[in-house]
Amino acid sequence: MKDTELRVSKISSGTVIDHVPAGEALHVLAILGIDGSGGETVSLGMNVPSDRMGEKDIVKVEGREMSQAELDVLSLIAPDATVNIVRDYDVVEKKQIAPPEAVTGLLSCPNRHCITNAGEPVETRFDVIDAGVRCAYCETIVREDITDHLAV
Amino acid sequence: MRHDHLLTAKQLSRDDIEAVLERARRFADDPAAHADRHPGALLALCFFEPSTRTKMSFETAAKRLGGDVVDMGSVEDSSVKKGESLADTVRVVEGYADGIVLRHPSQGAARMASEFVDVPLVNAGDGAGHHPSQTLLDLYTIDEQAGLDDLTIGVMGDLKYGRTVHSLAHALTNFDARQHFISPESLRLPRSVRYDLHEAGANVREHENLEAVLPQLDVLYVTRIQRERFPDEDEYEKVAGQYRIDADTLADAAEDLAVMHPLPRVDEIDPEVDALPNATYFEQAHNGVPVRMALLDILLDGGDGE
Repeated sequence: MKDTELRVSKISSGTVIDHVPAGEALHVLAILGIDGSGGETVSLGMNVPSDRMGEKDIVKVEGREMSQAELDVLSLIAPDATVNIVRDYDVVEKKQIAPPEAVTGLLSCPNRHCITNAGEPVETRFDVIDAGVRCAYCETIVREDITDHLAV
Repeated sequence: MRHDHLLTAKQLSRDDIEAVLERARRFADDPAAHADRHPGALLALCFFEPSTRTKMSFETAAKRLGGDVVDMGSVEDSSVKKGESLADTVRVVEGYADGIVLRHPSQGAARMASEFVDVPLVNAGDGAGHHPSQTLLDLYTIDEQAGLDDLTIGVMGDLKYGRTVHSLAHALTNFDARQHFISPESLRLPRSVRYDLHEAGANVREHENLEAVLPQLDVLYVTRIQRERFPDEDEYEKVAGQYRIDADTLADAAEDLAVMHPLPRVDEIDPEVDALPNATYFEQAHNGVPVRMALLDILLDGGDGE
């Protein structure tokens, strides 16, 4: 634990996303639409030793409190992530993430014959089903490697 | 989304299906006697892929109901050739007509198009996706031949890309039907359809050979295996040859087996079968008119008819 704190320092205010599967931190940022252009200070810990997970990633975003809707999308790649909202160095809220009913504009459809890949003015929409996501247009089911299809 | 689009067979309940079939039976008795149903109604036909039966039977149905059609014509002669999007095309056409029938090569095209229009839209085939109006006429035919409950049906051929197969399989989950799917391994039902059938609790078996299951069947629904699905001609010939039927094949079938096919056929049903009482595919095609009359009648009335 001490080790972790040394690597990724405490933040004064913002959002801490912990217990992200090792290697997924950059995907977490991609899904949240954080690419540095918003000016937030972002700290990443990758492959950090964890009692519970062996190794994990941690993402800390300063000065920004994520909404439940923003965070729920993370359940696609980090279903066991824990989220703390921090103000003045204190954790003021612990959020549970839950799978959303659908995700819009986040993934591209792997079916090249899908209408969403035909240059039409339409955002992709995937319904979240028990074992993955499903294109709301062509109905293709994606179970594994969802991050391969990130459109962001 | 309006509920009076017909996009997939999944949206059809048993009540929906029975309402269409009941009305189709009335129209079938005398198709020419219903021109007072929708006088002046205009149906737009937007076919981005070739069609004979579907397009002509929708046109016939619209005219039998007292209406008419406006036809986009072939893609080569339309603004699509200039790069117009499907979304723009249907938004324009919606201003011309009271309903749209759409066939398009991309899966999900009808669902997307339906999000841009307020007139009823019928999916007349979206790539390897769905073809629900074909399913309604298939169900009408099955009902006439064998009844929709306590039904044992075999569906054979290209189950992976066959949109009529996908829609029929979904619709039959509303009935007490045992569905046998017979295909080469490479052309099995796609994962999305198997998922839906499982979710619906459907009674489904998959086979690579027809022989074992043929004697149990009330209906054998044959579909075409397309040459372009195979890497080379030899492989195609080898596989497709196992899924062709002729009079000899049917020697082991029940006497009253109904052989159906959405047509066009190439050589998967030998013409010698045409003369057998089992051959039902031309009657099936003819049923397209009263069934599409019933469907249009209900959709043009706002989804509930009467």
